[in-house]
Amino acid sequence: MSMSPQQQYNAFQTIVVKEVRRFMRIWVQTLIPPAITMVLYFVIFGNLIGRRIGEMGGYDYMQFIVPGLIMMAVINNAYANVVSSFFGNKFQRSIEELLVSPTPHYIILAGFVAGGVARGILVGLIVTLLSLFFAELHIENLFVTVLVVVLTAALFSVAGFINAVFATKFDDISIIPTFVLTPLTYLGGIFYSIDLLPEFWQKVTLLNPILYMVNAFRYGVLGVSDINVWVALGMIILFTVALTAYSLRLLDRGTGMRS
Amino acid sequence: MQHALTITNLRKTYASGVVALSGIDLTVAEGDFFALLGPNGAGKSTTIGVLCSLVRKTGGKVQIFGHDIDTAFESAKMELGVVPQEFNFNQFERVMDIVVTQGGYYGLEHAVAVERAEKYLRRLGLWDKRRERSRELSGGMKRRLMIARALVHEPRLLILDEPTAGVDIELRRSMWKFLREINEQGKTIILTTHYLEEAESLCRKVAIIDNGEIVVNTTVKALLSQLKTETFVLDTREDITTVPQHPVFRLQKVDAHSLEVTMDKSQSLNDLFPVLSECGLNVVSLRNKSNRLEELFINLVEKKLDE
Repeated sequence: MSMSPQQQYNAFQTIVVKEVRRFMRIWVQTLIPPAITMVLYFVIFGNLIGRRIGEMGGYDYMQFIVPGLIMMAVINNAYANVVSSFFGNKFQRSIEELLVSPTPHYIILAGFVAGGVARGILVGLIVTLLSLFFAELHIENLFVTVLVVVLTAALFSVAGFINAVFATKFDDISIIPTFVLTPLTYLGGIFYSIDLLPEFWQKVTLLNPILYMVNAFRYGVLGVSDINVWVALGMIILFTVALTAYSLRLLDRGTGMRS
Repeated sequence: MQHALTITNLRKTYASGVVALSGIDLTVAEGDFFALLGPNGAGKSTTIGVLCSLVRKTGGKVQIFGHDIDTAFESAKMELGVVPQEFNFNQFERVMDIVVTQGGYYGLEHAVAVERAEKYLRRLGLWDKRRERSRELSGGMKRRLMIARALVHEPRLLILDEPTAGVDIELRRSMWKFLREINEQGKTIILTTHYLEEAESLCRKVAIIDNGEIVVNTTVKALLSQLKTETFVLDTREDITTVPQHPVFRLQKVDAHSLEVTMDKSQSLNDLFPVLSECGLNVVSLRNKSNRLEELFINLVEKKLDE
């Protein structure tokens, strides 16, 4: 009497609906702030400062930074959604509702990740629409663009999940975004081409996973990238698979959830 | 008869080194109404935690309707509904959503989960509150919400950890009535409680757990038959100036109008009244001094401590 595929799908759908309902219910906290932040980036960096910078990578500075900023919004929101939702469930102990149920661990992870991806993509769309007020945007390669967005949102949703598993207090869910995610994002080639960096720092930058996402996405939108797009996609898939395997191991062991 | 629950040599030692369960064996027959009693920290909640997989056992075997929780955990969980001691639902969610969502976690189609949620919220008197956020409910309503949530997938075994803690008497009685009804309909129920009157009134079988070990596992009737004495409080119309003396009954003054009498079960109260009449005392009412099961429980646990 284990769960049939249909029952597993019902459980998955339940988690996703609950997650989407959660971030839609608090849209003032989840959807509006990234829109405002990105408009400020577009105005200050793209419009005011960008006019003095001129071209980068063969494009207007504004056009150059738009893909990176969209990606930044996707990354931050996918991560934030899962880390805050899963930790909130742990904090209120409502995660026990799921843990006592027969829902398999991979469905639990898939449900939370799908919720994170949904918010990441929705915010990405909002930011993309806002960017149209500041720059012309045509998609060079739709397949790569969509694939990169979905995979990146999934990767950072899984990363948010891991953060939430280990978090024991609310401070713990802001430490990683503040001290790891934000620096990596800013140093991930959103605002500049890595060609501008000295050779040594170019090599160091290659260790930053966000560089691959920003560049793969920029390739999809503009058709230019500092990194070979297939290498970038390979790296994103590699990170996603590794973190997913680790998350499932944490769930199986009950780390941070079962005593 | 099939066993709803079989626990064999269940052990749990926490990372801190605390031994919560040191090898307990327990079986609960299908359809039973079973009480698991014990003082705080005895291992009751740890046992329940293991059954519903919130606590990882150190050793031993647990089967729920024959499904091993290690090798057939999905089947075992399908059979089990748990009402925990602490509120563990999202305080910002609506009552209906909490129950329907739980149904979804057990793989129910949305429409079925909605139908079941309505059924149990109505039976537990929460239907009018279905659109309210759970944090707005009273303590008793929150407990009933957790019962509805635990029943939405219609498990055959329901475990309730202190279900009536902090619930007023009227509500407690209505909850008892509900539990009796679903037990009569075939559901196996295990409950832990501090209200021993609750166990005495509801349950047929009882196990007492202390220091991670089962010290008693018998029927409530058999346990109560172990009582050798009973104590009554008698209220008198007249002021009690001197306590009557009697070679068999042990009498003690409680206040100006109350006497406490302890007697062996073989004796009859009828023999006492003439003695009191002789002293000019007329009894206007009498009651049991303490809950009988409570008395036994204390005796058993204290005896264990002395050993």
